[in-house]
Amino acid sequence: MIETIAQQPMLAALIAMVGLGLLFGALLGYAAEKFKVQGDPIVEQIDALLPQTQCGQCGHPGCRPYAESIGKGGEINKCPPGGQATINAIASLLDVPAPELDAEHGEEADVKTVAYIREDECIGCTKCIQACPVDAILGAAKLMHTVIMSECTGCDLCVEPCPVDCIDMLPVEDGIKQWHWPAPEKVADLIATDRTTQEASL
Amino acid sequence: MTKTWVTPGGVHPPENKHQSVTMPIGHLPIPEKLLVQLSQHIGAPAKPCVTIGQMVLKGQKIAEAVGAVSVPMHAPTSGTINAIEDRPIAHSSGMSGPCIEITTDGKDLWIDHESLADYENASPKALLQIISEAGIAGMGGAGFPSAIKLNPGDRRPINTLIINATECEPYITADDSAIRERSAEIVEGIHILSRILGNPGKILIGIEDNKPEAIEALRPHVADTGISVVSFPTKYPSGGEKQLIYILTGQELPSATLPADAGMVCVNIGTTYAVKRAVVNGEPLISRVTTVTGDACGVNRNYETLIGTPVRHLLEHNEFNRDACSRLIMGGPMMGFSLSSADVPIVKTTNCILVPSYAEIPDDEPSQPCIRCGLCAEACPASLLPQQLFWYAQANDHDRLEAHNLFDCIECGACSYVCPSNIPLVQHYRHSKGDIVKARQEKVVSDHARSRFEFRKQRMELAEQEKEAKRIARREASEKAKASAGKKTAPLDASSGNAAPASSSAADIIAAAQARAVSKQVSPEQQQAKFERSIAGAEMRVQMAAEKVAEVDDSQTEEQKNTLNAALEGAKQKLGQAQTRLAEHLEQHKELNEEQVK
Repeated sequence: MIETIAQQPMLAALIAMVGLGLLFGALLGYAAEKFKVQGDPIVEQIDALLPQTQCGQCGHPGCRPYAESIGKGGEINKCPPGGQATINAIASLLDVPAPELDAEHGEEADVKTVAYIREDECIGCTKCIQACPVDAILGAAKLMHTVIMSECTGCDLCVEPCPVDCIDMLPVEDGIKQWHWPAPEKVADLIATDRTTQEASL
Repeated sequence: MTKTWVTPGGVHPPENKHQSVTMPIGHLPIPEKLLVQLSQHIGAPAKPCVTIGQMVLKGQKIAEAVGAVSVPMHAPTSGTINAIEDRPIAHSSGMSGPCIEITTDGKDLWIDHESLADYENASPKALLQIISEAGIAGMGGAGFPSAIKLNPGDRRPINTLIINATECEPYITADDSAIRERSAEIVEGIHILSRILGNPGKILIGIEDNKPEAIEALRPHVADTGISVVSFPTKYPSGGEKQLIYILTGQELPSATLPADAGMVCVNIGTTYAVKRAVVNGEPLISRVTTVTGDACGVNRNYETLIGTPVRHLLEHNEFNRDACSRLIMGGPMMGFSLSSADVPIVKTTNCILVPSYAEIPDDEPSQPCIRCGLCAEACPASLLPQQLFWYAQANDHDRLEAHNLFDCIECGACSYVCPSNIPLVQHYRHSKGDIVKARQEKVVSDHARSRFEFRKQRMELAEQEKEAKRIARREASEKAKASAGKKTAPLDASSGNAAPASSSAADIIAAAQARAVSKQVSPEQQQAKFERSIAGAEMRVQMAAEKVAEVDDSQTEEQKNTLNAALEGAKQKLGQAQTRLAEHLEQHKELNEEQVK
């Protein structure tokens, strides 16, 4: 056997190459099964960038479904709570140009809000409890409901179903703990080539 | 002469320290009102433990520490609590915060306080307790509660105690003058600290060589005590904790580590004085040395100032010229912050009130484009790349800012000071730091929201599945009922081959339904107990009704008597029913048992 192979180098090379091919093929096949990635990793990454308000303003029932739609090649400018910052972050993750926020889905809010139930007026219908995507409303049928402020994402979804309109979206005021130094005022660019205005390009 | 090391970078701004040390530490009359801010330290704000209108004595605790990282507050003088509310406080935001206002009575009456002259024999734990109760927080800069800093735990033995007497920022002379006049007490404070920390092998007092009088004042007290006074060339910022440790020991602390991790504790010299007063004299921290300086004040001097004294009070007693003042600064010219109101109180960390003239600190000039001169990189004491940080800060590029170690920036302002284009570099860094911290907090919140959303989704799916399962069970039950009804009317031909599988599946369903019914049924013993309970209840009701009938007197109407009698009859009937039910049950049960036996 060995002699035959030694005498026929062509055959020897062929066997060696096919053998190696089979070996590595099997190895790769095994690795593909063993280290299979569950789910779509890019969706996880996009989901991590979204603000998780679960508001549905993008037209998807929550942030994760929106991330999945982006993963499938959907638009990335449908998230008003995240605003331009989120769009930019997703754009840089996917390495695509960052579009402006699609006004169709709403405008970027200036301040964070939380839902507030006027408890005297609440009739205990539990409709807002069912609407809340993060279980931030506490209450039971025919009993007063209230919003757990620290859990509320300010998604607005409880306002619509309330039959007595007793839910307000109140802005969260930044206390001294949330305060941080404001950005220094930006001064006009003094060097002509730095300017991007019409005047400079003339 | 002890060897010292030279830190990278640094600047030499005009010192302007001579104006305020011409006179000894002064005392001001007690202001009419004192405003004690509840958050004068790092950590949770203290919680008021007095009520409005209450009389308080000097040194009486008026607010308690909340949680581990917090310090209590004490009344700086005797008087009445006037208000507990939000007022503008000493904070760079210019916002309001919780304060206690005291209307002083001018008597300055002390509360009873015990001194502990014999600290040599006191346990470190007891000493720490005294320091904690005295409300001492680091008086050099950030105001970290001292009792926590001095208790690094058994895992980190301390071999070096560093006393920070650097006072590198221009204008400020509070520590300098305190050392000149109180060196004996300061050294006593150092001994107490040394005892708390288990007598570390090395005790170093780091002081810049622009304070020769202070160095001379310390020398006689530290002779033969193992404490060494180390002076080194003046340079801003040598007083930063990491910078001072490097200057004195040559040891560089890695990013995000504490001195305690390297076996060191660094304490401001003003704090050692407060520690001495607290332990030996039993006095809580209610006053501190504060420099009042700047050309807009006629008198530049250091004062022993009560905590809570409004800045206005200090200015009024120092020939303050409002028109000449370019801005009102708490702290020094490099790291201090502008105040929007002169009603802000002095806090435990206020080492200086600076009121410069327009000539001293002119208004900010507009910034110009960066010319890439690199002076900022040369000036940076933390060896960072200020230019790169500046670009990334402008672009809000948080990842790159962190990669360039933005959080190692000590915000000393040396880069802004040297910048020929007047770029407010340090302001950009502060803003970016705040932005990053905020983004991190938002990330935590959004992760939390995500987990709650996913949990809710899971819960709803589960509920849906349960509903579906119940629906299927109901359908099966109804099919079974139909099948059994069908059996009675048209019995299936068991011998026919086609019908066999159908009947067997029907039989299966019936068996399953029976099994379910059996599992739902309570055991005969439980049922028996239930009947017995109901009999007992019925008996009691009969008894009560009988008692009521017996109690009937003539005052009651016929109608009432009738109702009572009816109630008694009803109760008797119920009892009878319950008894028959039990008897029936027992009968059935017996039959069942007999069947099983057979």
